[in-house]
Amino acid sequence: MTAIRLQVNGTAQEIEADPDTPLIFVLRNHLGLTGPKLGCGQEQCGACVVLVDGVATNTCVRAASEFAGAEIVTIEGLAENGALSPVQQAFLAEGAAQCGYCTSGMIIAVTALLRRDPKPGAAEIAEALHDNLCRCGSHRRVLAAIDRLIEEGA
Amino acid sequence: MAGHPSIAKHPNLDEWIEIAAGGRIIVHTGKVELGQRIYTALAIIAAEELDVDYERIEVRRAETGVDPNEGMTTGSMSMQHSGTAIRLAGATARRRLMELAAERLDVAVDSLEVEDGLVQSRDSNQSVTYWDLMAGKRFGIAVDEAVDIKPPEAHTRVGRTATPKGMAEIVTGRMTYLHDLAMPGLMHARLVRPPHYFARLKGLDAAAVERLSVDGVTVVREGSFLAVAAADEYAAVKAAERLKAAAAWEEGDGLATPELFEALTANERLSFPVAAGGAPVDEAVPELAPPPEDAAVTLSASYEKPYIMHGSMGPSAGCALAEDGRLTVWTHSQGIYALRGALARALEMDEAALHLVFTPAAGCYGHNGADDAAFEAALIARAIPGVPILLKWTRDDEHAWEPYGSATVCALRGSLDGDGNIIDWSHESYGDTFMGRPVPGRYDLPESRLVSTHFREPALDWPVAEPAMGAHIGIHRNLEPLYAIPRPRLVKNLVRGLPLRTSALRSLGAFGNVAALESFMDELAAAAGIDPVEFRLRHLDDERARDVVETLGARMAADRAGAEEGRGAGIAFARYKNVAAYCAVGIEVAVTDEATVRLHRAWIVADAGEVVDPGGLTAQLEGGLIQAASWTLYEQVSWNGGGITSRDWESYPIIRFDNIPEVETVLMERPGLPFLGAGETVAGPTGGAIANAIFAASGLRLRRMPFDADAIRKAALQ
Repeated sequence: MTAIRLQVNGTAQEIEADPDTPLIFVLRNHLGLTGPKLGCGQEQCGACVVLVDGVATNTCVRAASEFAGAEIVTIEGLAENGALSPVQQAFLAEGAAQCGYCTSGMIIAVTALLRRDPKPGAAEIAEALHDNLCRCGSHRRVLAAIDRLIEEGA
Repeated sequence: MAGHPSIAKHPNLDEWIEIAAGGRIIVHTGKVELGQRIYTALAIIAAEELDVDYERIEVRRAETGVDPNEGMTTGSMSMQHSGTAIRLAGATARRRLMELAAERLDVAVDSLEVEDGLVQSRDSNQSVTYWDLMAGKRFGIAVDEAVDIKPPEAHTRVGRTATPKGMAEIVTGRMTYLHDLAMPGLMHARLVRPPHYFARLKGLDAAAVERLSVDGVTVVREGSFLAVAAADEYAAVKAAERLKAAAAWEEGDGLATPELFEALTANERLSFPVAAGGAPVDEAVPELAPPPEDAAVTLSASYEKPYIMHGSMGPSAGCALAEDGRLTVWTHSQGIYALRGALARALEMDEAALHLVFTPAAGCYGHNGADDAAFEAALIARAIPGVPILLKWTRDDEHAWEPYGSATVCALRGSLDGDGNIIDWSHESYGDTFMGRPVPGRYDLPESRLVSTHFREPALDWPVAEPAMGAHIGIHRNLEPLYAIPRPRLVKNLVRGLPLRTSALRSLGAFGNVAALESFMDELAAAAGIDPVEFRLRHLDDERARDVVETLGARMAADRAGAEEGRGAGIAFARYKNVAAYCAVGIEVAVTDEATVRLHRAWIVADAGEVVDPGGLTAQLEGGLIQAASWTLYEQVSWNGGGITSRDWESYPIIRFDNIPEVETVLMERPGLPFLGAGETVAGPTGGAIANAIFAASGLRLRRMPFDADAIRKAALQ
């Protein structure tokens, strides 16, 4: 066990854990942030994605200790002053989820995409979401949410 | 409406509707939310009949002993079952509330008006709310199946999209899935699976087990069933790796590796003719006679589909607590009452000692590992009494151990007369069972449908499926075409000796059957030189069927005027089970230089009876189309003698954002007509439409899924 210091959703956290523990387990079990989901444990599906210094990053393999000093934002940290973020709002408005298991990762990936490119084309969107899998087939609604955000200039 | 199955079992109004404190109304259902938005539709129906705001309605997650037993949440039956039951219950409750209000206010019932649960009389200035009237009381009356329900023209909520129940929780990460359960003292568990179905544990390094124990890990072993539990989840993950390294397996003969599609038609099998109405009969299968003498055209073709996965995004999970001889199980099973029965048998416990609580997980699309994981969590919990056990399967467990959708072969032959009318038709469908759920009463040993009953001691034999003989079940679902065809020869073949574990996957045999017969319809239409829309219409008598096909044809003709060079479009149609929703699908594709199929546009026209939640219905249809497109283009389970080799998303690719078509969905308006379940209706037509579109775009007729680059190249070389 070692002390791991992390900056999560704007708050400094110190956790005692095996230093190899993948970040996902620290977020979910030590910090109670269960929005990120365990989907594959192999960085293939995107269900566990969070923002790390603004970049959509898988958390199911890399050790939590590697993220010391970085600014981590989970789905729980997107809302500001209790108001949904524009991306969350767009997903809600478009009904861009079915079972919702992949949605946390999708919202994070879309947030990261639009921060670096507010007007992505179809190819950029497909590329940015390439490793976010959805089995329910909510893709069309996710794309509609992105279109709405581009139009709104959010 | 008389004789509603859910109401017959649960006649008391209080079993369905509760006027709860805090201005809430709780709706009880035996159906479970799998991402199909059933809770949303049920809440809309309840709000409509009760005249309250949709936001006041809470749909409870079902648990045994509390909520109605409505069987399985399967077969696109939830709206017919629970939707209709809650409509009747809501109307009964409203009528009773009006009686109570009239009494309380001392006015006539017909002077009363309701707005959001506030009852007012036109004859006085007094009012009373539902919550004042009930204040913790129960209705104590039966649901009246003959109650007047609101006429469609009075609807203010039904037919309008509502914000889906749970959506706000989903987009904020606050939705609690089974995987997220937290309880004091909870231990996390992982399994150590054998290499394959037939392996047995022959040795376990005792020193390694001892070291795990020293490290605070509990090892659970029952025969060849192996699991670990630890307070820390990552400790359980690492412990499972160590235990795996400490286990030696006797592998026996391993998995059989026949040439799959040969085995499907050559192996021993049980064959039954399927009669008009879609049910097999226990009679000799008639020989395939030579084509009729007046046949102008006769074609034969076989269509093949490999094993495919449910592929839930979240691996299956189960949570269990054994305490004082009782067992509580949190599960994402589609049938908590059936699972309770199977668990009671497997664990040799009294059903009354078992309490199952439905807790949502990732979408399952049929019988995935949910029931298996519940049983395994229970086995671990019994070994560690008093401690809640949260078992999560890994991605590898899910891919390698879920019961797949069977591989199938459909062999068709058809003849046309000189005018292009179908005068002869034979369709033989070959496959393994789709009926692998642990359902007491369906088989002698329902518990043998739980994977780990084959590994603990005494190990049960793997079940040999009995043929399902009901209409449109399993292999023969949608084997009978809706088209007017004289005396079609329809044959169901339940094939023995196939290598992989199978069960119910969204739409069961309908996907393979409809994709095949709709491909064949296009092959016949092309042979006769008739437009595919026209060819279907000339064989359809059912007006609602004709409507969806005509609407699709018109919409596509308008939208595709001036379509780009190199793109081709195909259509397909089915009515799910020939009694549920009607659905016509059009797809426009191009075949790329890399021999891949690019999906450009899709059209869905559906008649699902009365529409309660257009947004939810559209999401089900669109999502079903995208999932079926994934099956069609990308998916096949692979294996060798040593076990399943499709063990992650690289070795089992599915559709991604780079191939999602534009989708136009048209819902036919049928106010006042019965609900027709729609969750599965789009699958078969999607498979057929893609095959037909590939043919239109490239001239290549593909008959073996998946239609990937290998398949395109092979077809191009022929």
